[in-house]
Amino acid sequence: MSMKVQTRLVDGVTILDLSGRITLGEGSVTIRDAVRDVLAKGSKKILLNLAEITYIDSSGIGELVSAFTTVKNAGGELKLLNLTKKVHDLLQITKLYTVFDVKDDEASAISSFSK
Amino acid sequence: MADPTTSRVSYTLDSSLDSVNKIEQTAEVSAQRAGFDEDTASHVAMAVREAAVNAVLHGNAYDPKKHITASFETTPESLIVRIADQGPGLNPDTLPDPLAPENILRGSGRGIFLIRAFMDEVNFRQLHPGTELTLIKHRTPAQPGT
Repeated sequence: MSMKVQTRLVDGVTILDLSGRITLGEGSVTIRDAVRDVLAKGSKKILLNLAEITYIDSSGIGELVSAFTTVKNAGGELKLLNLTKKVHDLLQITKLYTVFDVKDDEASAISSFSK
Repeated sequence: MADPTTSRVSYTLDSSLDSVNKIEQTAEVSAQRAGFDEDTASHVAMAVREAAVNAVLHGNAYDPKKHITASFETTPESLIVRIADQGPGLNPDTLPDPLAPENILRGSGRGIFLIRAFMDEVNFRQLHPGTELTLIKHRTPAQPGT
């Protein structure tokens, strides 16, 4: 299944609702383009909603890291929302769980961004 | 009479992402048939996918003239997966540690780490040319197979 991205803006935070697989190839490119597009439009508060991500491989993990550093280097913030158990476990194993700001609730995630 | 818990199947595939997906799916089915639970089968499939990605991307560099081979062997003791490419070879001892602070934010370099995390044994063998990875997941008495 290919990856899909839907974008919405809530209280100044751009939420990317991702679904499908983030893997080498299409999924990784899709997320990369989506984050760059958000930055190009001037939004620097980005919340990646991973609730519907069914699978992620090491390339997908790398893409999340690249998105995180790209947004950070642009002076913005990128946070993760609604990790599935599989993604949560992968971030634990790779020690990235402490690098990312991970949220479980959309409202509190939005309010956690700097004003 | 053949042992019903023993089976072996091999594929020769082109260097493409379609091949990676096929190998991943075969790994998941093989792990399920070997009696591994859903989480373990998923982990095995991910490890095998990472090995296949390495073979296609880093080994054969998508070269249409090169192939990868994949074999799946189920024995009473283990599920054994071998993935081989025709690339320039890989020295696993030279790979940087993805958990090191200076590497933690790198965008790549976690594939072999995940393979080792999810499998019980991982062995590298240099071919001429190429690299063969052998990935082994041990079965337990609670996983009798089908």
